[in-house]
Amino acid sequence: MSLHITTGGEAALTNQGRVTDVKPASGESAPTFDIAPPSGWFDINFHEMWMYRELLYSLVWRDLKVRYKQTAIGVGWVIIQPFCTMLVFSFFFGRLAKMPSQGLPYPVFYYCALLPWMYFASALANSTNTIVEQERVITKVYFPRVLLPTSAVLSGLVDFTVSLMMLIGMMFYYHLTPRVTALLLPVFLLMAVATALGTGLWLSALNAIYRDVRYAIPFIVQFWMFASPVAYPSTLVPAQWRWLYGLNPMAGVIEGFRWALTGHGQPPGPLLFASGAMVAVLLFGGLLYFKNMEGTIADRM
Amino acid sequence: MSHLTIQVENLSKSYRLGRRERYLALRDVLTNALTAPLRLLQRGPAAELIWALRDVNLEVHQGEILGIVGRNGAGKSTLLKVLTRITKPTSGRARIWGRVGSLLEVGTGFHPELTGRENIFMSGSILGMKKSEIQSKFDQIVTFAGVEKFLDTPAKHYSSGMYTRLGFAVAAHLEPEVLLVDEVLAVGDIEFQKKCLGKMKEVSQGGRTVVLVSHQMNQIRRLCDKVLWMDYGQVRMLGPTAEVVGAYEAALMSGETVNARRKDVPHVKARFLSWEIVEPRSEHPHLLTTLGPFTVKFTVEVNQAIRLGVHGVEINNPDGQLLWGNAAFNLSLEPGIHSFYHRMGPLPLKPGPYHWRVTLFNEHERLDIWDCIPELMIGTKPQAHPRDEWAGFLNIPSEFSVERVVTQVDSELSIAGQCCEA
Repeated sequence: MSLHITTGGEAALTNQGRVTDVKPASGESAPTFDIAPPSGWFDINFHEMWMYRELLYSLVWRDLKVRYKQTAIGVGWVIIQPFCTMLVFSFFFGRLAKMPSQGLPYPVFYYCALLPWMYFASALANSTNTIVEQERVITKVYFPRVLLPTSAVLSGLVDFTVSLMMLIGMMFYYHLTPRVTALLLPVFLLMAVATALGTGLWLSALNAIYRDVRYAIPFIVQFWMFASPVAYPSTLVPAQWRWLYGLNPMAGVIEGFRWALTGHGQPPGPLLFASGAMVAVLLFGGLLYFKNMEGTIADRM
Repeated sequence: MSHLTIQVENLSKSYRLGRRERYLALRDVLTNALTAPLRLLQRGPAAELIWALRDVNLEVHQGEILGIVGRNGAGKSTLLKVLTRITKPTSGRARIWGRVGSLLEVGTGFHPELTGRENIFMSGSILGMKKSEIQSKFDQIVTFAGVEKFLDTPAKHYSSGMYTRLGFAVAAHLEPEVLLVDEVLAVGDIEFQKKCLGKMKEVSQGGRTVVLVSHQMNQIRRLCDKVLWMDYGQVRMLGPTAEVVGAYEAALMSGETVNARRKDVPHVKARFLSWEIVEPRSEHPHLLTTLGPFTVKFTVEVNQAIRLGVHGVEINNPDGQLLWGNAAFNLSLEPGIHSFYHRMGPLPLKPGPYHWRVTLFNEHERLDIWDCIPELMIGTKPQAHPRDEWAGFLNIPSEFSVERVVTQVDSELSIAGQCCEA
């Protein structure tokens, strides 16, 4: 009985052994992978990131698939969170504190700011945790680690789009017609993405070494919100200090959002340029720092 | 001669002691910063470096299957992690020609909330497959794993067997030019293991290169063309399979691996010191050569009286699977050196390396857990099928005989017999 199966199995093995188009490897030609100790501080391989673009897509897709599993309201949370915050802000900062609102109804004034802010806050938190959460995969297979925080930042854009619909509905309700400047919205959105990614790169790499970062995140987000024109207009900041205020990239993003959508508020100025420059620094520095961490990240988990 | 696909030159990797143990908290950094000047004065030993790999040189040619053997912590997995680029070496260099696929874990990238179908795509792309590639091999993967009916069920409802099968199926269809595999075939049922081994043979016959880490010498013997034996992060031996595996097993049997146990451990309440087979006596106290009863002795140092002690003992196979365990309760032990004896019945396990794990608790306080060194080598005469894959796990003496019970077979009886067989 057993003998019979043995011979059968052997035959099956050799039959299946088919020769497919394996390129002849050679000691002469350049190796596909050259593994060496970490070298230099500027070692960002954009080509490799591009080669892995399909994985980035898969990671974003998985994030979206999994995020609202086992929730009763599901994607409804995307609307509920900014909407309720908007109500609270409108009541306390608007009705009670009589905050200037650049001639906009309070709900629109606050929602316009909460839209990019909430995207940024959740993108930041998600990307910071991503390296630690994906520890298992990181220690078992190689891919450019930078894809993890990147996918976390990108997957938030879907939520953003959903809550943007809500804003458009609100503008109709208040008879506000979007300006042609709304076409600049993607530019400001890109700035928000870059800010979240830049910060996320720094914090996710730091979080892998110092788990303190995870506990600091809620505070960082809270302080950052008060340092951004979410609950108040940036005009409250004295004009001569506005460029300094603009070093917070989210200040430029949020002011830009309000202006582009409604035409009210601050048109782009020194504040926005300061923000733009800061975003570039943050993102570039983040990439470098992350890259330097990447080689040893699996050992440090 | 085929071409070179992996070339490793003087590859080394060191860890700072303790760095790998756990992550840092900012508090530690601050403490370090504050105490650093003091430490300079104390002239303590500099941070100790652990060499997980040291000056490893290796060449693997196209179509070869290389096996890597060695004790736990000998650097086998670290070598694979460097070759898969999961971690970078400290010095030296490794070059690989061709696309690399790695299988350090079954089901890498699986998410329990995703369905089988979704997980195939997820895991495939994490392992480096293009979407179009996964699509074209999708049916093969599903058939190989045998999960057709559960494709749209979330993976969290899968049995562990199904999970494993699906995970391996995805990796097996990666079709890389170089496949690096770490001890993953230990999982899954025998039937599936065979399927996987077949797939690996197929992979190498297709001109691909395989590097395989395994504790299962029968797998290594069946699959590999040559074997690398690693010890303390260095190459101990590299050569044809039979030669290296033979030398490795001989070394294990002689109990060459350090006998003395953790001399450096400071004062503890109690700990195991050593173990040996005391009955029947033989030259090698860690080699079991009898299929009859035997007695094993564990020596324990007790420094603080134990009132409600619990002592556990286990036999594990190289994959860490528990084969047998027992415990003694309500032990009362005064300080001193004690001998624990276990009088055992026959242990009909197939020849090979196993290990004891012994534990000692005082009420609920863990005093010691020891994965005994050296290993328990079972060196009894093989009593099972001569071919490894048909021998199974046990080594049971059996006799076969034939007796002619009916001299003339009448036709009715023989037809009945055929019916039953069918």
